[in-house]
Amino acid sequence: MLGKLGWDSIPLANPLPIIASGVVALVICGVLGWTWRRGYFPYLWREWITSVDHKRIGVMYCVLAAVMLLRGFSDAILMRTQQAIAYNSPGYLPPEHYDQIFTAHGVIMIFFVAMPFMIGLMNFALPLQLGVRDVAFPTLNSVSFWLTAVGALLVNMSLVIGEFAKTGWVVYPPLSELRFSPGVGVDYYLWALQISGVGTLLSGVNLVTTILKMRAPGMGYTRMPMFCWTSLATNLLIVAAFPILTATLAMLTLDRYLGFHFFTNEAGGNQMMFVNLIWAWGHPEVYILVLPVFGVFSEVISTFSGKPLFGYRSMIVATMAICLLSFMVWLHHFFTMGAGADVNGFFGITTMIIAVPTGVKVFNWIFTMYGGRIRYTSMMLWSLGFVVTFVIGGMTGVLLAVPPADFVLHNSLFLVAHFHNIVIPAVLFGAFAGVTYWWPKAFGFTLDETWGKRSFWFWITGFYLAFMPLYVLGLMGMTRRLGHYDVPEWQPWLIAAAGGAALIACGILCQIIMFTVSIRNRHALADTTGDPWDGRTLEWATTSPPPVFNFAVLPDVRGEEAYWGLKSTARENRRLSDLPDYVDIEMPKNSPTGIVSAFFATVMGFALIWHIWWMVILGFLGAWATFVVFAWRDEAEYHIHASELEEGDRRRREAKAKLLDLPPEALA
Amino acid sequence: MTRLRFRLILLAALALAGCSAGVLDPAGPVAAGERTILLNALVIMLGIVVPTIVVALATAWWFRAGNKRATYLPEWSYSGRLELLVWSIPALVVIFIGGITWIGSHQLAPERPLDSRVKPVTVQVVALDWKWLFIYPEQGVATVNRLVIPAGTPIAFRITSGTVMNSFFVPQLGSQIYAMAGMDSKLHLQADRPGQFRGLSAHYSGEGFADMGFAVDAVPPAQFAAWVGATRGGGGLVLDGPGFMQLARAKGNVTPIAYRAVLPGLYDRVVAQSGVPAHKETQAAGRENK
Repeated sequence: MLGKLGWDSIPLANPLPIIASGVVALVICGVLGWTWRRGYFPYLWREWITSVDHKRIGVMYCVLAAVMLLRGFSDAILMRTQQAIAYNSPGYLPPEHYDQIFTAHGVIMIFFVAMPFMIGLMNFALPLQLGVRDVAFPTLNSVSFWLTAVGALLVNMSLVIGEFAKTGWVVYPPLSELRFSPGVGVDYYLWALQISGVGTLLSGVNLVTTILKMRAPGMGYTRMPMFCWTSLATNLLIVAAFPILTATLAMLTLDRYLGFHFFTNEAGGNQMMFVNLIWAWGHPEVYILVLPVFGVFSEVISTFSGKPLFGYRSMIVATMAICLLSFMVWLHHFFTMGAGADVNGFFGITTMIIAVPTGVKVFNWIFTMYGGRIRYTSMMLWSLGFVVTFVIGGMTGVLLAVPPADFVLHNSLFLVAHFHNIVIPAVLFGAFAGVTYWWPKAFGFTLDETWGKRSFWFWITGFYLAFMPLYVLGLMGMTRRLGHYDVPEWQPWLIAAAGGAALIACGILCQIIMFTVSIRNRHALADTTGDPWDGRTLEWATTSPPPVFNFAVLPDVRGEEAYWGLKSTARENRRLSDLPDYVDIEMPKNSPTGIVSAFFATVMGFALIWHIWWMVILGFLGAWATFVVFAWRDEAEYHIHASELEEGDRRRREAKAKLLDLPPEALA
Repeated sequence: MTRLRFRLILLAALALAGCSAGVLDPAGPVAAGERTILLNALVIMLGIVVPTIVVALATAWWFRAGNKRATYLPEWSYSGRLELLVWSIPALVVIFIGGITWIGSHQLAPERPLDSRVKPVTVQVVALDWKWLFIYPEQGVATVNRLVIPAGTPIAFRITSGTVMNSFFVPQLGSQIYAMAGMDSKLHLQADRPGQFRGLSAHYSGEGFADMGFAVDAVPPAQFAAWVGATRGGGGLVLDGPGFMQLARAKGNVTPIAYRAVLPGLYDRVVAQSGVPAHKETQAAGRENK
């Protein structure tokens, strides 16, 4: 009846996950109870859960990422403390826990922190920057988000029901095959990633279509803001790379569920195929995460330097070059497989070639600051911290790309230090800068800068203290994923690294305080102009927060930096642009399709993991029925009357006139 | 000259990392070659990375909004000459390091036999759950978790796995290579001097992974011959088919074992996965579901 599921699936004997999930359950119940008592549920359902507004969905992606960051970071704390004490002792985490923790840490940080942050920021900012009213497929967008949330939910369910994979985050076979991992851990991994992977792929299709087909009048490709370009590259990569992941995981699933032999030791299976395939997705994935933040930093550095981005066209070329090259380097993840000198040399060199466009970007950011008037906001600090730290991470990356050097550094803590040295300053600092930058646009008030800057200083010092020792440990020959060790020289460095993790915890605490303080002081921090940073791109042309339709009339783009152009013209002529003709518009209706299909996907995923076949069929039929109902809907859109648009836009124009210090007659 | 001094400073800075049996403390030609290429690439890149960091911070500081002496160039966003420069600097560095990479990849290719007049000794390595089996086919002996090699003699390793993927790695001797079931990988290493080195699996392989270390004893050739003789003549076990199965299934820590004789062709049968371990039996030899 319940497949493999039984009372023994709940690890009652292990205090750690039970306590952790108990606390989480209490917090969730508390939040739900509070929401219920305040009567917020109808509001949440109407305005957020069923919303197909790209801004709301973008915010929900970022909330999901932030919550998962806390989970992934708790795993990091557990690992750092374990390694700090586990010299000549088993520490406090037995291998079956420790191995789940480092696997979960990687999976959560990549798939449920970095990805949702990036997709969330793109979702929020892209249509605004392109000067349009929504993404190409708004309901599909909601489905994408909720499917991603299902993946996160399944991974976290494994904490209480069953176990998570003990294989490392890229589940190399044959370790991940049924013979060596008979438990449900790998199945949780497979179905969580398959379901959220569908969401990611749909999101990629949606955003590529949006950028290619839905730009404001006059917004040619070479007038798009840099963030739109890097997002285009990212989503092209998602569309090209995620099917590889889906196919690879499907093959492993067939091995595990139906006794196929794609990657087994026996019967002609070949583990090296999996390793090639997973990295054919895995390396582009790195750029899927990093390219959007290159866009964020381009926007932030240009805005706060008060200058256009230096070498705009050069930056576009560099972005697209990275996009293309990212598919030609996957073999550098396994030089030690023994492919031979020619193959290793080739892939080592292609890897280094990526450093050229990346280096160009760094120089262009420096030249963007040159001749600027830099305002040192927390976003600018994140950006500078990124540039300096990222250059170091890039350097160690090129070192690892030299095959003979990789032969001694592969899989060591040097490698761990390297990829954290890329991902933390790029993806996380970029996400933090992006969230701070667009927060006033989303909510109508800015974030508290004092706590933001405190958080930055904790994060950056914590980062260096946590990861520089790992470089040293890698050179000392310490390999990754060790639960305990017997080399006394390693311990001081591991203790230092644990100290770094503690500093980062302070950074996260500062961020939590920052959000609390800012929400409390939201009236003092209010952004009435829609343009708190003296921005240059179209999202700052509308109000903060923007109306559901973003722009009453789609802006007329006359050059690069569309909004800066509008502001300059208005300043020169001492008046705003002519009053446009307002016409009725149609906006998509909210739809529960996303959350309902996600519910059925959860049921189906859970049932597949535990081999509860009747429930699999039920979940599948439910999800299918949801799509059918959606496809046969009567009315997909509702009208907004021109007079309503006109009224809102009048207030917006008054605020802009005030911002630009124009006389009252400028409005006419 | 300045480069040499710079390298010395760098070496001093990394000495702490290298002093204890790490990859910067090589004991053989492969590890030494790899350290050289690592440091050369590092120095070349520091030559560009350090100035970049300094320029980035200096630019950001000088052009702060409060600095009245800094010129404001609100429109400046293009310069063909600078574009040429920003593309060519990284390109030149990459061409340079790319050359080093190509040559180094070939000189230090793991499958390439070492240049030496001494006749190499062959060692067949089998990764098991969670221990290492070393077979000396020419000597007809085998050991578990203890690798004895003659110093100054090239060792021709052949590496496979009787279980999941592992990576055979002795940091002070150099290159690691994956141990994979059904594959017969080649690796050539040499210890220049007698000594004891730490060996490990550098690829996560499951529950007992952290204890999957082994001791490497590099001894003078005469002592090696004596060790082989003593092992062969000693009262140790014989590694035959059933013995291998028993070893492969044994869980937990294994103290070093020495076998006085080995079933001929055992390694090739492990690679081919025919005979030992037999297919039917491997199905049962999987890890238990807890």
